[in-house]
Amino acid sequence: MSPGQVFVPATANSVGATVEAARWQDYLSLLKPRVMSLVIFTAFTGMVCAGGNMHPLLAAVAILCIAVGAGGSAALNMAYDGDIDALMRRTRRRAVPSGRVQPADALALGVALSLFSVGIMGLAINVLAAGLLAFTILFYAVVYTLWLKRRTPQNIVIGGLAGALPPVVGWAAASGHAPLNAWLLVAIIFMWTPPHFWALSLYTKGDYAEAGVPMMPVVKGVASTRRQILAYSLLLAVVGVAPAFTGLGGPIYLAVSSLFGLGFAALAVRLCFSRAGEPAPPLPAGRKEGLYDVRLAARPARDLFAFSLLYLFVLFATLLVERIPIVQGLVARA
Amino acid sequence: MSNPNDEDAKAARARSGRNILLALSLLAFVVIVFVITVVKISGNVVTH
Repeated sequence: MSPGQVFVPATANSVGATVEAARWQDYLSLLKPRVMSLVIFTAFTGMVCAGGNMHPLLAAVAILCIAVGAGGSAALNMAYDGDIDALMRRTRRRAVPSGRVQPADALALGVALSLFSVGIMGLAINVLAAGLLAFTILFYAVVYTLWLKRRTPQNIVIGGLAGALPPVVGWAAASGHAPLNAWLLVAIIFMWTPPHFWALSLYTKGDYAEAGVPMMPVVKGVASTRRQILAYSLLLAVVGVAPAFTGLGGPIYLAVSSLFGLGFAALAVRLCFSRAGEPAPPLPAGRKEGLYDVRLAARPARDLFAFSLLYLFVLFATLLVERIPIVQGLVARA
Repeated sequence: MSNPNDEDAKAARARSGRNILLALSLLAFVVIVFVITVVKISGNVVTH
């Protein structure tokens, strides 16, 4: 073994193999940049909706703290989940399961970034925002990763709270308070999480079953999952409109959230009465199914998953657009 | 089988990249603390 290589413990896809040393990109990938972008967007929305006259540089520092906190908790998650990540096709190329980064290094990075983000948030912004950020990180790393993920099919329902909290952290950073409207944004993401992840798990459930992760379709079956997706989607459609009645959203938000809520509910009804997630007929001889290949029967699940991403983005973007002075002027004139 | 010299060069490049990232992170930390200090002090000066 040359100095540039490290020993990889036996996993599902590598038995005592040697791999290359970690590059800086491997450490960045531990922070789950794509998830981080969603966290930044929702936290920024919370900050803007809070109003107030925060110094722009301090606002940028607050957003940085939230982003780094999200990255730190992602690194902690990857440090612990290396064993199950190695068993799933979607995650086996990640830095820890592939052996490029040792779990202890991912853990150290996660702890350092978490301490940095909470410390700077407390010193530079305010204690409430720092406390909420610390709670978010601990909830994701301890309650979701260590406790719920491997034990209950409600893992992403309860654990989804961690992903839902960034808007209230942003709101608290901007105003020092966490009022009902801030928690309404949290409620929207909380209700959005189950249909989003369960729709995905309907066409990747083989991976979860192999890794022993008790996702809803694996434990309760696909029909039950489709019904629960419908229930959460209907609740989401209602909660999604609520900001229009609490002063958080205006007439544009009312129209957009109603339209997209109806679309979400319609796709959930279509999914509920589909055969998504059920065993598909075997593929022709010699053809292997790709990771994200979606059989015809699973299309409704794929469609709802894709629409859910658009739904969340559009609702939060509408709240931002309504705060642009020109738009406010046009609405007032109408 | 890969050439051990190539492997060493690759490892050195990876290590150099990691070191640069670490240096930039530390620099960013110093800049952030400096910026926060300036903004906070300016705010207090205006208040008084």
